[in-house]
Amino acid sequence: MVAIIDYDTGNLRSVENALRRLGAEYLLTAEEAVLRSADHVILPGVGEASSAMRKLAATGAAEIIPTLTRPVLGICIGMQLMCRRSEEGQTECLGIFPTEVVRLPAGAGVKVPHMGWDTVSLRGDDPLLDGLNGGTYLYYVHSYAARDCGAAIAVTDYGMPFSAALRSDNFYGTQFHPEKSGAAGERLLANFLSL
Amino acid sequence: MLAKRIIPCLDIKDGATVKGINFLGLKNVGDPVELGCKYALEGADELVYLDISATLEGRKTFARLVERIAENINIPFTVGGGISSVEDAGALLKAGADKVTVNSAAVRNPALIDGIAAKYGSQFVVVAIDAARADGVWQVTTHGGSRSGGRELYSWALEAERRGAGEILFTSMDHDGTKNGFACEVYARLHERLSIPVVASGGAGTREHIAEVLTGGKADAALAASIFHYNEIPIPQLKEYLAAEGIPVRL
Repeated sequence: MVAIIDYDTGNLRSVENALRRLGAEYLLTAEEAVLRSADHVILPGVGEASSAMRKLAATGAAEIIPTLTRPVLGICIGMQLMCRRSEEGQTECLGIFPTEVVRLPAGAGVKVPHMGWDTVSLRGDDPLLDGLNGGTYLYYVHSYAARDCGAAIAVTDYGMPFSAALRSDNFYGTQFHPEKSGAAGERLLANFLSL
Repeated sequence: MLAKRIIPCLDIKDGATVKGINFLGLKNVGDPVELGCKYALEGADELVYLDISATLEGRKTFARLVERIAENINIPFTVGGGISSVEDAGALLKAGADKVTVNSAAVRNPALIDGIAAKYGSQFVVVAIDAARADGVWQVTTHGGSRSGGRELYSWALEAERRGAGEILFTSMDHDGTKNGFACEVYARLHERLSIPVVASGGAGTREHIAEVLTGGKADAALAASIFHYNEIPIPQLKEYLAAEGIPVRL
């Protein structure tokens, strides 16, 4: 069973729909017992970092997540909340990934938000990204990004190189939205569910 | 590298897909969900569904349709038509839409853009602008081109950006339905003045037209309807052509 962490952050529907298309059983929850017994945990999220972090803390999940031992996947803001801190709203985050979230630098040819399909450069061959390659396009919608770091398993360059996907032990994160990334995204979610 | 996007647009009336020629003479061209899945499989980067129902019953049908689209389609989709309040937008977000477009209602009440952006983020708000040239000036029109919006295109686009629009979808009413190509010089000027993405709509007839608006017109995305609905330009062939022209596209 997959637990999707429900912390009142708007649209969880697209993650639910993607899991349903993959035939996975899932539950929307923030209950400790369910999070601890789930085979996989997904931390989704849209919106602004400081309010998302406040809401996550209010459910109690902020303290539970770093202690989970099963595979955990943060998506977009969910991944950002698993970093050390975010420049957005000067937010202290969970500190799972050893990097900081900063605003993407707008400039010539770089419009912010970074919105649309972009490619990734893979680092190593993490099983989460099995079947993807440097020509694979994935769907992004974000204005802030985690700096490149030692935990990055994929990097995208948009104004600056940033962590497109992160891994630290059983914790994974993607800045892009696998649930909106067509066949490539479905492959990644299937990879995650088989971890 | 960020890809240029190809976006099929589906006009929906009472739950079914239609395509207007200059917004007149509507023809039914298929089931919206089925058509959307076909486009997603063929390599469409995004889908736009516009509700052109005139009745309350038609609008309710559309809201249920949005849920079905979200359940079945694995790429982002935008919905629009008749959104006139933050609550309308919120209901569509809840149904699973990735973005909403606002058009006439935003011209009438520009604070609608601020309201939706503040509550759901700029990435959720696409401001659709229809305009036609009159006396050498691009004048904004509303209600499918039938009324004057009393605004000039460029100043309205800038105001929309300032109020929190995440994207501008501009349709030239002079080009829409003609299949004679896009208003490329207008898109290039919008690109120069705005720092948010611009989606080009109105006039696609050939793959060359689409290449032109993505290069000379500097548009971030090209939207079209009939060339896809009638399979005049299949998406896979279009994208192969664009890639061969050196335009970054997702293959």
